[in-house]
Amino acid sequence: MKVFRFRGGVHPESHKTPSATKAIEDLPLPERLYVPLQQHIGAPAKPEVAIGQRVYKGQLLAHSQGMISAPVHAPSSGTIVDIGEFTAPHPSGLWVRTITLETDGKNRCGKNRWHESAKPTDPFKMAQQEVAARIGAAGIVGMGGATFPAAVKLALGKERRIHTLIINGGECEPYLTCDDRLMRERAHQAVDGIRIMLHVLQADQALIAIEDNKPAAIASMRAARRRHANLHVVVVPSRYPMGSEKQMIQSVTGIEVPAGQRSADIGVIVHNVGTVYAVHRAIRLGRPLLSRVVTVGGGAVREPKNLEVPLGTLVEDLLEFCGGYSEPPARLLMGGPMMGQVLPHSRVPIVKGSNGVIALSTAEIRSRPAMPCIRCGRCVAACPCGLMPVEMAPRIRNGDLDSAMEYGLGDCISCGSCSYVCPSNIPLVQYFNYGKGMLADRREAQRKTEATRRLAQERRNRLEREARARAKAAAQRKAEKATDEAREKNSPEVSV
Amino acid sequence: MITAIASLATLGLVLGLLLGLAARYLKVETDPVVAEIEALLPGSQCGQCGQAGCGQAAAALAAGELPVTFCPPGGRSLAETLASLLGLEVDLSGVEDTQPMLARVKEATCIGCTRCFKVCPTDAIIGAPKQIHAVLQDACTGCGNCVEICPTECLQMFPIEVTLGTWRWPKPRLAA
Amino acid sequence: MQQPLPRVEIRTSPHIRSAPSVDEIMRHVVYALIPICAYAVYAFGLSTLVLIITVLLACLATERFFNWMADKPSTLRDYSATITGLLLALTLPPGLPLWMGAVAGFIAIALGKVLFGGLGCNVFNPALVGRAFIQAAFPVAMTTWTPPFLAARFAEFVPSSLALPFMEPAPLGPWAQSAVVDAWSGATPLALQKFEQVGTNTMDLVAGMTAGSAGETSGVLILICGAYLALRRMMDWRLPAGMLLGAFLTAGAFYLVDADKYPDPVFTLFSGGLMLGAVFMASDMVASPVTPSGIWLYAGLMGFLTVIIRIFGGVPEGVMYAILLGNAASPLIEAVTQPRIYGARKPRRKP
Repeated sequence: MKVFRFRGGVHPESHKTPSATKAIEDLPLPERLYVPLQQHIGAPAKPEVAIGQRVYKGQLLAHSQGMISAPVHAPSSGTIVDIGEFTAPHPSGLWVRTITLETDGKNRCGKNRWHESAKPTDPFKMAQQEVAARIGAAGIVGMGGATFPAAVKLALGKERRIHTLIINGGECEPYLTCDDRLMRERAHQAVDGIRIMLHVLQADQALIAIEDNKPAAIASMRAARRRHANLHVVVVPSRYPMGSEKQMIQSVTGIEVPAGQRSADIGVIVHNVGTVYAVHRAIRLGRPLLSRVVTVGGGAVREPKNLEVPLGTLVEDLLEFCGGYSEPPARLLMGGPMMGQVLPHSRVPIVKGSNGVIALSTAEIRSRPAMPCIRCGRCVAACPCGLMPVEMAPRIRNGDLDSAMEYGLGDCISCGSCSYVCPSNIPLVQYFNYGKGMLADRREAQRKTEATRRLAQERRNRLEREARARAKAAAQRKAEKATDEAREKNSPEVSV
Repeated sequence: MITAIASLATLGLVLGLLLGLAARYLKVETDPVVAEIEALLPGSQCGQCGQAGCGQAAAALAAGELPVTFCPPGGRSLAETLASLLGLEVDLSGVEDTQPMLARVKEATCIGCTRCFKVCPTDAIIGAPKQIHAVLQDACTGCGNCVEICPTECLQMFPIEVTLGTWRWPKPRLAA
Repeated sequence: MQQPLPRVEIRTSPHIRSAPSVDEIMRHVVYALIPICAYAVYAFGLSTLVLIITVLLACLATERFFNWMADKPSTLRDYSATITGLLLALTLPPGLPLWMGAVAGFIAIALGKVLFGGLGCNVFNPALVGRAFIQAAFPVAMTTWTPPFLAARFAEFVPSSLALPFMEPAPLGPWAQSAVVDAWSGATPLALQKFEQVGTNTMDLVAGMTAGSAGETSGVLILICGAYLALRRMMDWRLPAGMLLGAFLTAGAFYLVDADKYPDPVFTLFSGGLMLGAVFMASDMVASPVTPSGIWLYAGLMGFLTVIIRIFGGVPEGVMYAILLGNAASPLIEAVTQPRIYGARKPRRKP
């Protein structure tokens, strides 16, 4: 199958070997699970359980609220001990509302296996909407890290005709091997998940895109798809950011998603391999999203591994299971080294979008002080979006957001290719993130000013209304008084 | 020689005349800008800029008596809009937004006197006489009028709490 | 339950970096220049060695002086001033009075670099700014050439080298006549070709057996050093390749029109400072465009201009002015060759 080229990109060293050779292991159930209510893009889930309540595995802990949201389920059986604040897996170290579950070690399911409404059935005999609803009820979100609720994305297929479903098995981030292992070990389940997705979307074909540095995964997916003519494995070159949605669509179909539009507008939807595997489990086994495969790796980890981890497990439990640190880590990350986030410490929970826990050694991060830009143009050549980071960063530094926007700040996907190649070590991505934050603040401030103006106007109207009412009342009283006086004057002087 | 003097003098006269005419007939009408500025302001007449209200503030800005950064509720974004409207080059990088503050009622000491909601420019305080009041965080502009009038000091200003949704990446500290 | 937050450096991805850093790049350029300097000393002797040292020290001292003036830490560690000094020395006539070399070094750093804001801000190649200045100030000294491979080159200075500041340097003619067995015309291959229609053996040109600026004579050595940088990914190979290609094609076109009047393209490539200019000065990243298509346009333009100036200009050599003109055109080229943003149908607004 023909593969197209996207602009720019970089070739970081893959560092996949230590963990790619390790089969997925189950992490022993920890004593406590910290399940955040927001593990997805959109509105946080609303708790359905109370402190002290006993829950079984797979029970709904919090239901979704709003259009874009996802429910959260109990990853194991046990007792709810707290609903409160807990450190989020986020560089800021801020808290997120979290349900703390003390596990009883029994992994007990409800009477009807997982949940009454989610009995396993044959999805191909069900209406598409119903399958999509079950996927939504299972709490499945984009497992590649974007964590966009999967059901919402599937609903896009209702409004537009989707011809191609692309399964993202690119895994272009260095160190990460969880998708690779999933495709190697659970190819048939993944293929089944793809077929369910195809059924929901009523798409013509599914293209499974895998980078050419994963020959075993390619072979195993090829073998698994053999009986299905509308599934194809597409081998794409190993180039970062292959796994980014827009770049992947361009590589596989040759089409660029037009600016300001979504991929569904051109009839393409992209889902991660981990997502389709979760869909398979949700539909065939009636199992909501309770765990995920996480790669633990990096030069500071003694024994890199791929682990199947219950959601809400603390990062420190994963590290401990992998033999702890072999040297003090220079940086602890959630996600890959190109786009992953710094963790404030290791007592943060694994969430639905956590594809890796990477502890990098000092030698690996090669931290160097920033130097002046020498306008070498490497960032321009590396940008997969056709932007000019060399021009954008100084504009953002000088607070000139409008001209940074003209250079395409809004189109930046924060893939980090520019910073990766910068010989001067300029924190380009941080400038862009800072700029995007300023833009968000600006929109928020504008909204607030609008609202204030509206409220002030309403208040003025109210005061006027009240003043009018008072004036009217006063006038009425005056009129009454006048008539009274007139009556008094006109009436015969009875009393005198 | 005489021709040269004459022709240059004529040229000077004609051009001078043209300029004079242009100045008279192509005169730019001034000061629609005050109305334009006023339309951009929040209009809550909160008085944080030191002027009596938004109309006066707009006039003062147009007259150059106030900097474009005068309006705390409008913040940085308003300052930027005003600067571009007036064609001013303003270095806003140094002008950090002053820590935005919102009013909050301490329930223990509120006596339900209702004085605060008479001074609130956006009707952000709710409650009834003899009942504990509350501030609608979304509608509060942080003007502080209520804090001054509260007899029991139960209304106080608090910085807005940063959450995961409102946290922003800091500007890189490095010189480069 | 809430843990006290330890101090974590809040920083964005990516958390890994590719080699090389700026100072590594610059250091490798210095490494690549060392063989060329060695060859220059070998060909022209003691005067050249002292000239290179003088210019280099002038550049380093100027850079350090302005660091001190601006109360900033020393920027000598980034090696950019070293490169400027070496490059500048290599473009000077071997017998240039040393004090003029020092002036050139000072001007290169002060006018060419510091005035624009230091590393990364210079609009023109600093070494060429220095050279252009003294070319204009001392045109005679800048076109007085020394014959290569003199027997006594390591024993004595070229007499003009040691001229005192603001004094007329000793004329080179009698000294050269006495030192060289053959009649010494005192001209470079380019000048011979332009003014006297005398060709030069191509092998002599390629190997560097001719007269000329200190470091420009051996085309093959420059190519090897350039190839080293390109292979180590320390240099954008498209810049020299584009410039040489541009010069080759332009010269080829003229040669096809009139082979008797115009030099052949191979002579064009290996004569004068084209090779040194293309490999080490056109490839200066700061003054070249950052856009991929702009790089080809810019490099080709410089090659084209070199040949045009050589053929139609009043002086035999055009590389320096071609590169400086290219530097000046760089922002414009950048503006018209901006890449298209992913998904956008139209290119962005022109800045």
